[in-house]
Amino acid sequence: MRKVAAILPALLAPLAIGCMPLAALAAESGEEAAKPVKWEQWQADNSIEDTASLQRGARNFMNYCNGCHALKYERYQRMADDLKIPMDVLQKDLVAPGSNALSYITTSLPAADAANWFGKVPPDLSLITRSKGTDYVYRFLKTFYVDPSTPTGSNNLALPGAAMPAVLSDLSGVYEAVYRQDGDQKVFDHFANIVPGSLTGAQYDDFVRDTVNFLDYVGEPSQIERRTIGIWVVLFLLFLTWLTWLLKKEYWKDVH
Amino acid sequence: MANEATYKPGLWGWLNRRLPIDAFWRSQVSEYYAPKNFNFWYFFGSLALFVLVLQLVTGIFLAMFYKVGENTSFDSVEFIMREVDFGWLLRYLHSTGASAFFLVVYLHMLRAMMYGSYKSPRELLWLFGMVIYLALMAEAFMGYVLPWGNMSFWAATVIINLFGAVPVVGPGLVEWIRGDYGIADATLNRFFSLHVVALPLVLLLLVVLHLVALHEVGSNNPDGIEIKSKKNAKGIPLDGIPFHPYYTVKDIFGVSAFLTLFAIVVFFIPTFADLFLEKANFEPANPLSTPDPISPSWYFTPYYAILRSFPDKSTGAVFMLIAVSAFFFLPWLDRSPVKSIRYRGWIFKTFFTLFVLSFLGLMYLGLQPAQGVYVMLSRICCVPYFLFFALMPFYSRWDPVKPVPERVTFHA
Repeated sequence: MRKVAAILPALLAPLAIGCMPLAALAAESGEEAAKPVKWEQWQADNSIEDTASLQRGARNFMNYCNGCHALKYERYQRMADDLKIPMDVLQKDLVAPGSNALSYITTSLPAADAANWFGKVPPDLSLITRSKGTDYVYRFLKTFYVDPSTPTGSNNLALPGAAMPAVLSDLSGVYEAVYRQDGDQKVFDHFANIVPGSLTGAQYDDFVRDTVNFLDYVGEPSQIERRTIGIWVVLFLLFLTWLTWLLKKEYWKDVH
Repeated sequence: MANEATYKPGLWGWLNRRLPIDAFWRSQVSEYYAPKNFNFWYFFGSLALFVLVLQLVTGIFLAMFYKVGENTSFDSVEFIMREVDFGWLLRYLHSTGASAFFLVVYLHMLRAMMYGSYKSPRELLWLFGMVIYLALMAEAFMGYVLPWGNMSFWAATVIINLFGAVPVVGPGLVEWIRGDYGIADATLNRFFSLHVVALPLVLLLLVVLHLVALHEVGSNNPDGIEIKSKKNAKGIPLDGIPFHPYYTVKDIFGVSAFLTLFAIVVFFIPTFADLFLEKANFEPANPLSTPDPISPSWYFTPYYAILRSFPDKSTGAVFMLIAVSAFFFLPWLDRSPVKSIRYRGWIFKTFFTLFVLSFLGLMYLGLQPAQGVYVMLSRICCVPYFLFFALMPFYSRWDPVKPVPERVTFHA
């Protein structure tokens, strides 16, 4: 064992030193000019533990997203169980006409019509937070702006040329992108509100956060259960490791 | 072989007269003498065996629910994740198990290289181990394709296209492997068959051969001393202890400690920051949309970085092949009179340290986009990597080695 302790630092020290110039070089080669948007200002900061937020997110999704987007891997019943939504509320307010509690959450928008109207079929959102990340979805819903050059009249910073119109502008208000001159480039600076929405800025942030939180849950419904079980599994294994260590020590007393 | 007199009476004796259960247990476990000075690095062999069993068991259960096919694979994985009882646990155990397998195998190989375990008389043991490593790479690659996510699709495209670098038959060979003009349903189906039937059988057979060869020559140890050269009157090595119970209890502890760390990953960080399960693989396979950047799983990236270090694909593929196969020649490249790094001189230690660092460096660089400074650094890392093997016949002979003690170093 002592020999290992002697070898390890010898192996690791040059590695640590080797990484320093590496990091410096990587920073130098980074494209400072090509990343003018400060994406850090839009972070989901959602919490799966917040059941009330998940419930609001489910409501938001059914009211504003489900018209076009499906969650084809999620059943209504599963959602109600995990989010502690009472069955009568589920049946009355959330289950779409023609569906029942055991149905998957589909959309009533026919794919052929959707392709016709938007140029592409609105994607299923079951795994959107897993494939793109929660921050991406948050940014997408926060960065619609007026752009008369597009067929929808709006554009999006997180997904330039988005086929989706700014469907939440009633809530968020309408924004214009303000640019600044950076050398010979025009780069995004901030959004200016031109038509106020029915929600205040902070209320809309919460609306988006709840919705993203719900989509985060749908991306992996078992994650709540996973962490709860995980704590007990790890505690048990720590105990087992301690026991087996004592057993090993007991046997090895005889070895000289 | 036990004679008639040693059989126990009753059913157990009846069984043993027909099947050598007791004799096998004695010769391979309770009277198999292993050096008493094994250290931390000697946990990884039994851990590799444990992870193999874990992968087989979780794999059997996953295959009960997985539906192979270009229109069903992706959906069935999500079905496992959501609707099969503890399906998410099976899937995360299996996906984390794949990465854990490579981690323990790499550490197992590093141990063998540190203590010269590939040197005579263990050349064949090392070769079996290396073939296991190759079979494991094939097994992992094909398993990675099965969820049929977008990274599955494009990783398969990139890796299979490498066979196009083979002279003359390259393009035909690629088509033959895919079973179609592109990565398609036929490819997915044959990969499933190979992943769940052919390669596990090959792996199990190789593991048996690896263990039989190990028990024939006996384990090496951190001092690189042959314990069989010093025996007592009964023919038992003076520095040996019975594998059971000493190493069975020690390995049970090793498995428990490993499982604790493993469970932390499975239950709390199963994607492991995009390294064990990539974001792009939560999108179904799409031949029209390329993930950016395409990178193979972390355990392949050292070789991937070597491939990308060369401007020409064929040259890169040749060097990648050399990088993998060079390990096979270690027993004959190493001319040092001592086995263990403990008694080697500064020259070997320098080459070995630089090799390990370049391997880790290439692993990191293979995960980065193939541009500018990353390619440059990969090229720099290639130099110590290949020189470690190419110059070994010389520096291992010139190396100022230290005297090897008569008996192993052991502190109770």
